[in-house]
Amino acid sequence: MPVKVSMKVNGKAVSGEVEARTLLVTYLREHLRLTGTHVGCDTAQCGACTVHMNGKAVKSCSMLAMQAEGADVLTIEGLAKADGTLHPMQAAFKEHHGLQCGFCTPGMVMNAVDFAARHPGASEQDVREALEGNLCRCTGYHNIVKSIVAGSKAMAAGK
Amino acid sequence: MGAPLIGARIQRKEDYRFLTGAGQYTDDVTLPRQSFAAFVRSPHAHAKIRSVNAAKAKGAPGVLAVYTGEDIAAAKLGGLPCGWLITDVHGQPMKEPPYPVLAQGKVRHVGERVAVVIAETQDQARDAAELVQVDYEPLPAVADGRLARAKGAPQLHEIAPDNTCYVWALGDKAAVDAAFAKAAHVTKLDFVNNRLIPNAIEPRAANGSYSRADDSYTLYVANQNPHVERLLMTAFVMGLPEHKVRVVAGDVGGGFGSKIYLYAEDVVVTWASRQLARPVKWTAERSESYTSDAHGRDHHTVAELALDKDGKFLAMRVKTTANVGAYLSTFASCVPTILYATLLAGQYTTPLIHCEVTAVFTNTAPVDAYRGAGRPEATYVVERLVETAAREMKIDPAEIRRRNFIRSFPYQTPVALLYDTGNYDATMDAAQKLADVAGYPARKKASEARGRLRGMGYAAYIEACGIAPSAVAGSLGARAGLFEAGEIRVHPTGSVTVFTGSHSHGQGHETTFAQVVADRLGMAIENVDIVHGDTSKILFGMGTYGSRSIAVGGTAIVKAMDKIIAKGKKIAAHLLEAAEADIEYAGGVFKVAGTDKQKTFGEVAFAAYVPHNYPHDKLEPGLNENAFYDPSNFTFPAGTYVCEVEVDPETGKVQVDRWTAVDDFGRIINPMIVEGQVHGGLAQGIGQALTEGAKYDSHGQLVTGSFMDYAIPRADDVPFFQVDTRETPCTHNPLGVKGCGEAGAIGAPAALINAITDALGVKDIAMPATPQTVWRTLNQKKAS
Repeated sequence: MPVKVSMKVNGKAVSGEVEARTLLVTYLREHLRLTGTHVGCDTAQCGACTVHMNGKAVKSCSMLAMQAEGADVLTIEGLAKADGTLHPMQAAFKEHHGLQCGFCTPGMVMNAVDFAARHPGASEQDVREALEGNLCRCTGYHNIVKSIVAGSKAMAAGK
Repeated sequence: MGAPLIGARIQRKEDYRFLTGAGQYTDDVTLPRQSFAAFVRSPHAHAKIRSVNAAKAKGAPGVLAVYTGEDIAAAKLGGLPCGWLITDVHGQPMKEPPYPVLAQGKVRHVGERVAVVIAETQDQARDAAELVQVDYEPLPAVADGRLARAKGAPQLHEIAPDNTCYVWALGDKAAVDAAFAKAAHVTKLDFVNNRLIPNAIEPRAANGSYSRADDSYTLYVANQNPHVERLLMTAFVMGLPEHKVRVVAGDVGGGFGSKIYLYAEDVVVTWASRQLARPVKWTAERSESYTSDAHGRDHHTVAELALDKDGKFLAMRVKTTANVGAYLSTFASCVPTILYATLLAGQYTTPLIHCEVTAVFTNTAPVDAYRGAGRPEATYVVERLVETAAREMKIDPAEIRRRNFIRSFPYQTPVALLYDTGNYDATMDAAQKLADVAGYPARKKASEARGRLRGMGYAAYIEACGIAPSAVAGSLGARAGLFEAGEIRVHPTGSVTVFTGSHSHGQGHETTFAQVVADRLGMAIENVDIVHGDTSKILFGMGTYGSRSIAVGGTAIVKAMDKIIAKGKKIAAHLLEAAEADIEYAGGVFKVAGTDKQKTFGEVAFAAYVPHNYPHDKLEPGLNENAFYDPSNFTFPAGTYVCEVEVDPETGKVQVDRWTAVDDFGRIINPMIVEGQVHGGLAQGIGQALTEGAKYDSHGQLVTGSFMDYAIPRADDVPFFQVDTRETPCTHNPLGVKGCGEAGAIGAPAALINAITDALGVKDIAMPATPQTVWRTLNQKKAS
């Protein structure tokens, strides 16, 4: 049965009709065509679908669109400034070669932004543990960890 | 112009789109009137199909069509071809059973495609797929390659008695046996190279569409080599003219080999798009990836090394059973033969080598090339044998390697390859220094004081990359050429678009190749765009695998640039009223030698497109050149890895404490990207040795079918890596490059298992060395 959902996505009010079982990630990708949020697994392990809901990182494959009713959702498309300037975490991934194929990257960045905001000054080991829910097959995590540490510092410095 | 671009750590041109969610992966492409496919897959490893009843599914909401094997047969679609013919020890061709795109009366592995449901939405397709009733008659199954040829084993294919695809051999067996008979010492190992599931984070996807307007097809597909995909699909399966099919592999989220192949789903969505006159999209769920992507490795090997009393290698004898799965995937046959046995010389002067490989069919997913493809398996054989021999003969493991290093090049191995160059002492020396091998005893002591076991292991690997001279590959059974194509299109204002047949799915070609072009043409890198992954844009391509992109694809681009510069000189000579022989090109400027008369690259390009003052009698207007490059030899990257582990004897957990990798990739274009490739390869190699292993039970059920059961490394499973390089430039390509994509995955497993066995004080341990396996091994050792 179709249900109505309305929420704020990347600062804009959106609403639409979805099936009750429609996942948030499906709503973002298929209904809003925000295809930067990816689906890499069916067991909530890979984290490629990570977005922010009301400021916290969530796996958008593991919740219904309906559960985001009224929420403030931020996807990778909404992270950079309107003029295209990258968020400090995005810039850090670029500078430290924290991505290769780019598929896990949006989820990595969204998780990293949330983590860095909550844990300023986190160590490299803290970062590794914080990535438990994000899988990457390309980078061996080496440069992702470096990126997140650098991105955290830049965020703390208000860059 | 500024600093040289070759060798510079240039940040990647492709990153901005990936970091802002603007990448366009196959599943991101939704076409007008898009429909969606879901496949009905076999839950049985081996079964007869008595009937398929699709009536209920056809009546379900939104369903447009259901197709079964009968429809495929009626449409006369061919089976999936194998691209490499192996000739067996008796001179007979390998057995090539039909590999239908939808099952024909029988299924042979869990996950095999039986039917496809196409509907208005993805959910409707998946719902209706549940309604397709398949009446199976289950048959006994065999999943373990070691049991495939046992008496009474279930038989998969009528044309392949004893489930044998081929028995193949390389080397002089009699001479090898004679050397073993005289050896002072023989080291023997009997092990499994564990089956792996590639798991690119982007699942496979395909979106086929048919245009009635011009009777043509477009297939968007997550693939590493779109031209090969098109060639195989049109010529061998669908019987379509190539010029009526466009294959687009845009952004692809990792491949590692698993996206080289032509898969049944790609064919089905392309074919169905014409039946329905609508685009048909399929994207794998991860559970489908596990059961239907081509897997990797899965060897059982008995390997022996014969040595003289000083630890000099006399001969090697290797017998391998390679499990190729239920059907032959696109390049399955060459991986455990041509790409495996030929690497068994490693970095050493071993004069005699014999290798026999038996490829067997089992009720498992097809096995094909996965990062390294044959070379990790060979390196594992060589480097486990060498390290074990050193321990048995009480020779330092680095020293035994040095006693056997090849030091004179070119070097003809006894297993067909001709190494052009290398310096194995250089990488060994550098690795030992960087790893602080001298400080190891103190670290071991410190670990012991904390109740931990510390071990150190080496691997000194070699690989054959830049595949391949087409003539050599052809003589070994390849059914395709292995060249690469490149095209340089200079625009009237002097900017450049480069078209390459090498596909990039994480390797960073858009940056590396642009560096090569901008450096040679003397222009800003911003003025160079690299285009790949679309058969309608690129003249041809053999694609990306075997660490061949820069060595083969990069060289094709260099050759095309040579033609651009040659033509540019002619144009400049005319404009400058000078002799062509007097024109020099450097730093973006055509100059009359010894004078200050010059024309910029942009001026020459403009003259080529606005040819008012132009040598029309000698030249055509325009500035656009292409080149094909077929290498004269393989390239031979090599290096030394040193790994140190700490094992907790209470839990069996292995901590990779230190990792040092020193590689010789020849000349390096972008060190940042090369390091990233090494990191990723190492993590996959560490995964093989520590955490990953595909397990089928005795009924052929895949029991490691999700990220929750099959453990690809997570961030806290791997250490930071110390990586460095040494350069001996490749002698036979103009850039001096060798390739770097697979090295990590090739060298890592042996180094890690060598370290773990050292820590535990045991001869061998099975991969993956999970805590349970390590703990059991320690307890068995105590008990004995």
